[in-house]
Amino acid sequence: MDNHQGKCGAEPSVDLEAVRERLRTKKGPEFWRSLDELAAAPGFQEMLHREFPRHASEWTDGVSRRGFLQLASASLALAGLTACTRQPTEVIVPYVKQPEQLVPGRPLFFATALTVSGLGLGVLAESHQGRPTKIEGNPDHPASLGATDVFAQAAVLTLYDPERSQTVLQSGRPATWGGFVSEANGALRALQALGGDGLRLLTGTVTSPTLAAQIQGLLQKYPKARWHRWEPAAGNAHAAAVRAFGRPLAARYDFTRAKVVVTLGSDMLAEGPGAVRYARDFTDGRRVRRDHAEMNRLYAVESFPTPTGSIADHRLQLSPPQLEAFALALAQAVGAAGGTGATLADPKAEKWLQAVATDLKANPGASLVVADEYGSPAVQVLVHAINQALGNAGRTVVYTEPVAVDPVDPVQSLAELVNDMNAGRVDVLLMLDGVNPVYSAPADLPFAAGLKKVRVAIHHGLFEDETSGYCRWHLNAAHELESWGDARAFDGTVSILQPLIEPLYGGRTAIEVLAALSDQPDATSYDLVRGYWSTRLNAGGNLDKTTDPGGVTTALGFGTLPGTMTQPVAATATGAGTAAFEAAFRRVLHTGLVPNTQAPPVSAVIQGAAVQQAAGEIAAAAPGVTLLFRPDPTIYDGRFASNAWLQELPKPISKLTWDNALMLSPKTAQRLKLEMEEMAEVNASGRKIRAAVWIQPGLADDTALLHLGYGRQNAGKATGAGFNAYPLRTSQTQWSIPGVELRSLGGRYPLASTQNHHLLEPGWDEMKLASEEAERREVIRHGTLDQFRKNPNFIQEAREKPAADETLYPKYPYPGHAWGMSIDLGVCTGCSSCVVACQAENNVPVVGKEQVLKHRAMHWLRIDRYFSGDIDEPTIHHQPVPCMHCENAPCEIVCPVAATVHSDEGLNDMVYNRCVGTRYCSNNCPYKVRRFNFLRYSDRTTPVLALLENPDVTVRMRGVMEKCTYCVQRIEEAKIESKVEGRPIPANWLKTACQQACPTQAIVFGDVNDPAWEVTKLKAEPLNYGLLEELNTRPRTTYLAKLRNPNPALAGLEQGAEHGHA
Amino acid sequence: MQIFHRSTNTIAKVSIFGSIFFLAFFAWVYSTLLRSSYVTGQGVVKKQPVPFSHQHHVAGLGIDCRYCHTSVERSAFAGIPPTETCMNCHRQIWTNAELLEPVRASYRDNVPLQWTRLNDLPDFVYFNHSVHIAKGMGCVTCHGPVNQMQLTFQHASLQMEWCLSCHRDPAQNVRPREEVFNLDWQPPADPRQARALQARLVKEYNVRSLTSCSTCHR
Repeated sequence: MDNHQGKCGAEPSVDLEAVRERLRTKKGPEFWRSLDELAAAPGFQEMLHREFPRHASEWTDGVSRRGFLQLASASLALAGLTACTRQPTEVIVPYVKQPEQLVPGRPLFFATALTVSGLGLGVLAESHQGRPTKIEGNPDHPASLGATDVFAQAAVLTLYDPERSQTVLQSGRPATWGGFVSEANGALRALQALGGDGLRLLTGTVTSPTLAAQIQGLLQKYPKARWHRWEPAAGNAHAAAVRAFGRPLAARYDFTRAKVVVTLGSDMLAEGPGAVRYARDFTDGRRVRRDHAEMNRLYAVESFPTPTGSIADHRLQLSPPQLEAFALALAQAVGAAGGTGATLADPKAEKWLQAVATDLKANPGASLVVADEYGSPAVQVLVHAINQALGNAGRTVVYTEPVAVDPVDPVQSLAELVNDMNAGRVDVLLMLDGVNPVYSAPADLPFAAGLKKVRVAIHHGLFEDETSGYCRWHLNAAHELESWGDARAFDGTVSILQPLIEPLYGGRTAIEVLAALSDQPDATSYDLVRGYWSTRLNAGGNLDKTTDPGGVTTALGFGTLPGTMTQPVAATATGAGTAAFEAAFRRVLHTGLVPNTQAPPVSAVIQGAAVQQAAGEIAAAAPGVTLLFRPDPTIYDGRFASNAWLQELPKPISKLTWDNALMLSPKTAQRLKLEMEEMAEVNASGRKIRAAVWIQPGLADDTALLHLGYGRQNAGKATGAGFNAYPLRTSQTQWSIPGVELRSLGGRYPLASTQNHHLLEPGWDEMKLASEEAERREVIRHGTLDQFRKNPNFIQEAREKPAADETLYPKYPYPGHAWGMSIDLGVCTGCSSCVVACQAENNVPVVGKEQVLKHRAMHWLRIDRYFSGDIDEPTIHHQPVPCMHCENAPCEIVCPVAATVHSDEGLNDMVYNRCVGTRYCSNNCPYKVRRFNFLRYSDRTTPVLALLENPDVTVRMRGVMEKCTYCVQRIEEAKIESKVEGRPIPANWLKTACQQACPTQAIVFGDVNDPAWEVTKLKAEPLNYGLLEELNTRPRTTYLAKLRNPNPALAGLEQGAEHGHA
Repeated sequence: MQIFHRSTNTIAKVSIFGSIFFLAFFAWVYSTLLRSSYVTGQGVVKKQPVPFSHQHHVAGLGIDCRYCHTSVERSAFAGIPPTETCMNCHRQIWTNAELLEPVRASYRDNVPLQWTRLNDLPDFVYFNHSVHIAKGMGCVTCHGPVNQMQLTFQHASLQMEWCLSCHRDPAQNVRPREEVFNLDWQPPADPRQARALQARLVKEYNVRSLTSCSTCHR
């Protein structure tokens, strides 16, 4: 591993004490990016002055003199000939019979859904002549409203991943589907006499009504068979609901009604199946405009920084035990739990508590407290009680029957399976949809040992993984974009999944595997899904209530939601094959959801004893460091490990790529004498792992955070990346372990974080301006709602905006369109959907960890994460930075070959075929938004990856500069379409990829010459400002300043918000 | 002492002066080569699976361009007809012609025909047929008198200077929309009338000169 080049976080150490001293005593800009910056580490200083790290333009591969001369002469010879190369002859392959509705050259969109942990997100998949290239949100789907999360955006890369499993394997050797079917059915026949004793099924969370009906059928046929569930990232919500309500109800939030929201560690705006919708609903309550100065208020109490916490109005860092104590104290303060015994050691937390409780009580029925679903069940029970006490139940939070079929506690379910396997009671084990317990099972459950005792173990998944290696059969699965299926969203709404492409490698869906084991070996998932719905849809495409009453709970717990299999239903007039059903099915496929399948609210009565019991469980703070496990923000529980887009996507807070790390707060790291990137040993009651240390400002003291999903042993290109947290996780300590011991092992492990890449500022150390001037030039402008109400123009008055004519640049008239963008910093959570969306839309390549360490990540859109305030309790800000498309663009005038030029609509065009790679433009760009292809990053040798590329965007070669184009292909498409139809482009009709994916609608793009467009209105808002606009670049991308709505009762407690170190 | 012969002066003068000619000659060869049909493919007939004659189908039978190139008004790509389109007629006429065996085989075996691409732009150029049609640019302007081609070939050089010659002054090629697919249409013979017509159409169709890079390069 390249250990000494281009790393600025790896200087021997950052003297944290000195950093604190400097923050206290010196003046500097308000915002900082990293501890290196504050420490003025030499590496950071160098990065500030160099466009790229040292060795960026050197060839590090060994090369002989002879080889060099050959290449030099060849390149000389070729240099003059490039223009007269002939194009290779190409062929045109038309259809034999052209499909209906397909217009060659134009994409089609299909409504479908993508699932994570069984829960669906409604999407529109773009198909270019039969190959899916891009995922957009489905505006009609309640979980999406048109936006997506990062996982959905990256799904197309998994579809085409050349590392996907491509064939059925029998004991590791290629085999046939037919061979599997006959052997498996033989094994099942042998079990039939025993009632299926010894047959086990292991899946993740299942919401698919069709699959659930099949499982139910299987369990009826084999009454002694058992169905187990394992979901590594399931959280504790199930256990908490059972305790609070006596049954596993699901909580669904309505942020549109909430004026005051408190999160106790939950990252509900960026994590979980409802996050996209929640983020939209929540931020709709805080878009402050000239004529609308209203904001909801968010208090975040959390142990580690999250995207949700970073847009909170108040953020309090508490270690996990303190957070539990806070929850109890809050429950008592609002009258949800008896007694007032809970004390908070920290006077700040105490004051906080009073303010929060007062604010909550002032907004009964319009407030909401959200618990961390990975937190202890006791806290979640308390939070249920708090919401009930505040009258929020049925208003801002509704309870419904669970969305998952037959919900169970996955740890318990898996433990039963492991026990039985090790006792030799399991004969046939079928593992569906990529469940990977050999990697992810709790460390105290000897899953692998038990699996060896299973006679016929069958693994079905997209990839060969740790588990498949132990199995007699591995069945290659079909990707969701290749499958018929169905799934429920977080609110219960059913979507039918439809395939965009034939399975690339002949994979099968879980539905087909189960059908094959139910004597239907040739049934396709299309027939099965249609067959299931044929008796449940009425002519209007609605759920037929007459055939599906819903609300009937069977003994197995299969049927409670609308559309669920309750009992075998006789064919009705709406059965398959009838015209009415065909029309209904088509309509459902077209809209992407089955109407009226949302889970209806049920009344939930909290059990008083449960609250008292939960209150009693909240223990006094334990000494030592509490280790927290959480699903990784980009690769989740490890299932997305082989997706390079997600691996290279900087994590929202740490900006790490390709790795996880043991995260510690600055103070804790100091106390334990651990440094950045130092290898440490984590010892949890004898279970040990090694991990590299990452010092993360914003983390609570005495807290360590380790994300799941890394350290895979068999995950293709991701094998070995990062550190495996699962060996520490036991059935009892799924999400936190108190009192872990950490010690240094010496040695360093380079971590590729992009937090110091593309620096804009002169930097903390060099900012010698007077503070007033420095303030006018801050990259992030912000204020409070009160400030805005008193003087809406406070941002405008602080702007330093040179006159338009104070320039030597040529003047461009923009008579037609003038494209521009507005980014609302007040609602950006940093979730990074936009970054992956841009990558998918614009054929942006991945470069790998070593190249990221050299600052060569290619993302056209980056999200700069800034801290303000002191290093122990900073405020976090996110700033998405695409190309600014300056009207006075510094890049344009320095290009010697006119490869970057101004368009007549104000776009800063990048012409790849002219670029010779001088990189002058990048040097001269004050925003550092240009990306250079140092190597041939785009994969042109793997045939299947060619299918992934967006045909409307050039795939760039080595030696070429590239950057955000404002999705010029979409602009041109919209212009052409409107010209063909002879009308102007309708206002707000055109969206860039980042805008379309943004859950909070922070990004708005459009024609700033036309007042009808939303972007034009936003640019006229008093919060509008330009980044580095004092340079008179006249950027077309502008920002809306970040407003917070602090509680006056907490004034003075907040540091960092208002020039804490000035 | 005289080392060089007197004639050396002349040789030096000629070779210095000559080098200019030599360089000019080289530049001329280079630019000629660049524009040659060897590089551009202009006017070159290429081998096709079926020796399809536009002259026969268009001029002889009067089939409209859009009968086969169906997406030309809606899409970037004009569309190459699926085998089914050929078979619409050829399942009834010339059903035994040997020339058409590849077409029948394609239809029978469900294997597409593979036509050699004639008008091939580089991959970093994005041309859109539909907008050119909408702006009154005739097929013949770029594709030439296809109705006279027994075997089809690329009519224009398709080099950027050729694209720009029209993009800088599109009025010269504009025609009434109803004549776009008429390969034999001629502008009025009287130059004044022709100019008046062009001026009227440019205004009516809002034809503009687009020379920003991103018009074609994305």
